[in-house]
Amino acid sequence: MPLDRRALLGVGVLACATPVAAWAARYSGAGVIWSPNTSAYPTATDLKAHYVYFTPDEAAFIEAACARLIPSDATGPGAIEAGVPLFLDRQLAGEYGKGARLYMQGPFGKGTATQGYQAKWPPAGFHRAAIQAIGEHLTKGGGAAFHKRAAADQDAFLKDLEAGKPDLGPDVDGKAYFKLLLQNVMEGYFSDPIYGGNRDLSAWKMIGFAGARYDQRAYVLSYGKPYPLPPVGIGGRPAWTGKA
Amino acid sequence: MATRLPSVDAVLVGFGWTGAIMAQELTDAGLNVLAIERGDWRDTPTDFSPAYAQDELRYYWRHELFQRLNHETLTIRNKASETALPMRQLGSFLLGSGVGGAGVHWNGQVWRFLPSDFKARSHNLQRYGKAAVPDDMTIQDYPVTYDDLEPHYDKFEYLCGISGKAGNLKGVIQPGGDPFEGPRQREYPNPPLDMPYAPTLFGKAAAGLGRHPFPHPAANSSRPYTNPLGVQLGPCTYCGFCEKYACGNYSKACAQTTILPVLMRKKNFTLKTNSEVIRVNLSPDGKTATGVTYLDETGQEFEQPAELVVLSAYILHNVRLLLISGIGKPYDPATGQGVVGRNYAYQITSSVNVFFDDKILNPFVGAGALGVMLNDFNGDNFDHTGLGFIGGGYVGLMQTGARPIETHSTPTGTPAWGAEWKKAIARDYLKTTSIATHGAVMSHRGNYLDLDPTYKDVLGRPLLRMTFDFTDNEHRMSDYLTDRAAEIAKAMGGREIKANYRKGSWDVVPYQTTHNTGGAIMGDDPKTSFTNKYLQSWDVPNLFVLGATAFPQNAGYNPTGTVAALAYHAAEAIKSQYLKAPHQPLVQA
Repeated sequence: MPLDRRALLGVGVLACATPVAAWAARYSGAGVIWSPNTSAYPTATDLKAHYVYFTPDEAAFIEAACARLIPSDATGPGAIEAGVPLFLDRQLAGEYGKGARLYMQGPFGKGTATQGYQAKWPPAGFHRAAIQAIGEHLTKGGGAAFHKRAAADQDAFLKDLEAGKPDLGPDVDGKAYFKLLLQNVMEGYFSDPIYGGNRDLSAWKMIGFAGARYDQRAYVLSYGKPYPLPPVGIGGRPAWTGKA
Repeated sequence: MATRLPSVDAVLVGFGWTGAIMAQELTDAGLNVLAIERGDWRDTPTDFSPAYAQDELRYYWRHELFQRLNHETLTIRNKASETALPMRQLGSFLLGSGVGGAGVHWNGQVWRFLPSDFKARSHNLQRYGKAAVPDDMTIQDYPVTYDDLEPHYDKFEYLCGISGKAGNLKGVIQPGGDPFEGPRQREYPNPPLDMPYAPTLFGKAAAGLGRHPFPHPAANSSRPYTNPLGVQLGPCTYCGFCEKYACGNYSKACAQTTILPVLMRKKNFTLKTNSEVIRVNLSPDGKTATGVTYLDETGQEFEQPAELVVLSAYILHNVRLLLISGIGKPYDPATGQGVVGRNYAYQITSSVNVFFDDKILNPFVGAGALGVMLNDFNGDNFDHTGLGFIGGGYVGLMQTGARPIETHSTPTGTPAWGAEWKKAIARDYLKTTSIATHGAVMSHRGNYLDLDPTYKDVLGRPLLRMTFDFTDNEHRMSDYLTDRAAEIAKAMGGREIKANYRKGSWDVVPYQTTHNTGGAIMGDDPKTSFTNKYLQSWDVPNLFVLGATAFPQNAGYNPTGTVAALAYHAAEAIKSQYLKAPHQPLVQA
């Protein structure tokens, strides 16, 4: 291919994590530059059910919180059946949890209500610190840990956390943590099953989302008619893999 | 020690829409052109494959196509009395990175500004008197008119193969189009996209209230199209992944699908990717740009001399590069003096959800600019007397795809989680739609860009600092637009509606729009503008700055059409005037 590119000589300050960036590239009069079969297909999550990031205590909190944020009931799958705790674990163990794309240089300030994420940790560290602070807050004076409480009690605490009521110490903003937790749970519930949540496309089936479909032209003008096809993910759908 | 490279005729900093347009035009004029892009090479078959392009987590929430903030971000605050803190995570706007820039992950909404938008100051003063424009509202007229840009708008629309319906052909109002638009010389190159149920219901309700709905002009191709450069686009398949995503189908216009297949073959064009320009170099007298200095991805430094330097990065990067390079007088909000960083503006958005019981809308069938819109309340298309604000915005119902992590609207009073939430989303997801409002932001003395005194990028250079908040003018206008949207929402006949007004200060967290503008604006006076009407620097005549950087204030429309038209306008001036007398100002100050 008539293209002059030099291999990466070392980990320079500009090096990015994507494989494509491992090439310094200079394209000149060479036509459009692409190589066949170099697509960056997403890596499927390993679904073997053990935690990589969460400690047992953290996993106990996350599972209990997931079960209240999206409970199992007749409406549809809960976060637990949808695989959200495992999704969260894998996300936090990876690039996202490490904040690979976030600006994490100090100094860290508390920030106003409109300045967004100002935690001094990337998402994985924020979960860890907050779960620890919540544990200490609830068990001081002999109280029960979150996962050992009754569902109504858990709901009451989560509502307080959402409103920023519990004092979790100088470092952990409980309201900001609740936002992160709920966002991550929604991500797991509604993302493509390739990442470990939305297991067997169960959340998409519940709401009626068609999923990773390529061509919807036949359905643009079918006003008011139910969509006739089941959802599909990037990795196919359960019927193709013998799971349904 | 920088390696000095052989000189080129023109160097472009940043390679998105404006870089590709300028490169195409300047290479046509025979110039030897080099574009330097700090991000990756990206193209449809390798990076936007339809086998996995429909991945909400990866592309929106994990930001795969966007700028890496660990490399560089900006600091933000609402007013100068606050301490700016870094935008640690993307939210309110989604900066692009890599070949094609943010034009890869846009929706494809292509608008022309109104003729009166180009006269924002004089027009409003004339119609509403002095009180309508307070002293600290620093709006200015553009140094160009709608008529100046009309052929350039047209050129971009034909480049992209816009799907739409003209509303004003040579002054004659056309049924089915936007009657408020400026006169255009010819029809759009492609017919409108097929319109799904929800936008159709909106259009009917709006027409019933006497409004003037029409199909959104879309850079999502409604049929196979070959553009004037001979590049082909395929018909849109309504997969519902445009904004925040790249198109795997060659249906959404971007640099890759409209210009690059031709440009990349030219012998007089070179692109360097993964290379970041760290400053524009000046002659000792500061009146000539001698070229740029850049780092490749290994950190090696190169000096690239050039006869002509064009900044074609995103507006925030253009402004920061000017400040870091010491070009132009930085703006000082205390005195109102200085031009670099002046008149930063944004847009203000709101929405109204409509919940039906009896109508299945299949909201996941969508495209980026698929919708029914109305401009009855945009710009000065309506009488503002007694309203307490100037400017306006569009109201419309766009069906862009309802990806469920992002889109799971529930009625007023529904908790954000738990069994009640789940019941609501399971019941409403397929039967819910949303009307959007998209309003202008006027420039204001206290809204500006400068360099942050504390925070640095990965190279140790100061971050840009953004000081911005909505003013009363914006809030009154946005509330007015939201009320108008709510009237239509009610008329659509659903079970209930929910109006989401934009309250309080600008917040960096929720996505609003990637329509940042200003900071090195165009004008007629070097004291109040950085460039003349050809986007040529007043101070350094062989430096041109493209992009929404030039907007004196923001209008109620998506900016890309105007950004592209201004780039063509500048390119034409360079080709037809500047190259005959290089290094000379095209307008005498």
